[in-house]
Amino acid sequence: MVELASWLASLPIGQALRRLNWLVPWLQTIHILANGIILSAVVMIDMRLWGISRSQASIAMARRFQPWIWAGLVVLTVSGIALILYAPRRVLTDVTFQVKMVVMGLAIAATVALLLALRPGREASPAQPVGHKLAGLLGTLSLVLWVVVTLAGRGRWLALLLR
Amino acid sequence: MTRCGLRPVVGRAAGETNVLKELMRWIESTDVAMLISQSGGWFPALEMIHVTATTFVFGMITIVDLRLLGLLARRSAVSDLYRDVIPLTWAAFVVAAISGALLFMSQAVAYSANFAFRMKFAVLALIALNMLAFRLFVYPGISKWDRAAAIPLRARLAGAISLAGWITVVACARWIAYLMI
Repeated sequence: MVELASWLASLPIGQALRRLNWLVPWLQTIHILANGIILSAVVMIDMRLWGISRSQASIAMARRFQPWIWAGLVVLTVSGIALILYAPRRVLTDVTFQVKMVVMGLAIAATVALLLALRPGREASPAQPVGHKLAGLLGTLSLVLWVVVTLAGRGRWLALLLR
Repeated sequence: MTRCGLRPVVGRAAGETNVLKELMRWIESTDVAMLISQSGGWFPALEMIHVTATTFVFGMITIVDLRLLGLLARRSAVSDLYRDVIPLTWAAFVVAAISGALLFMSQAVAYSANFAFRMKFAVLALIALNMLAFRLFVYPGISKWDRAAAIPLRARLAGAISLAGWITVVACARWIAYLMI
């Protein structure tokens, strides 16, 4: 990990980023905003699955918010990679970051499973959807995992705990 | 800076004494503030909660804003989406406000003098006014365009102001740390 960090630190793109110091808070802002979009999209799908939403059927809800989840994820990844390149040694050797990456992998897996469970054609009838329990479970799991990812994003406290 | 009509606590002899600064010093010296600033764990723990709650508030409110702008969920009634989203958003906002107030207390003097911090609260005030105007002048007539393809200009305007406002709040919040002395 340390070697990887050193290699990344030597890349010209990282050096260019470090010259553009002012870019970092903007990248962090974009990173936070994209994170918010993913969280809210998952919450909207979940609210429908939990039966506390007034609008749309759950499959329509999933279809509606799916592009926002992917778009959010792309923005999150690109801004996240740029931020890693800015300070590879500090970020990659941070235990909170490592935890975040693992939980994020799980969160993405759970979200993909959720969207697969809600893909069009899975609903037997609009009134009595099949696989709703599974989808509800996956929805809650995705939300919990994404919240942990978000918490770990500002996780100096976690680092204290894990030390 | 202190045009609040109060007399300086310490009196004129102290020269530059300023009510606001005294108040901030007092806030910093309270037991709660001392606990947060002196202990190693409280500040980062509150910060973690504050950032997560704010992220959530932004994401949720954006859904309503995008609907008002006609960019999302056009087939759902605005009022349905509004009633789905707003209670959760308020809940997250309360968490953000409490954790934020506690973070502020721990370094009240520095935060109150921080330009990004001041900007953030100016924009939050604008957002509050925008929300009030929406509730008073736009939302009451919603039944006329709840599911309509054409959204009235004032509703779109409210959505645009809110979205721009919240993006600015997050940006200002992120800049606070870079402007801390």
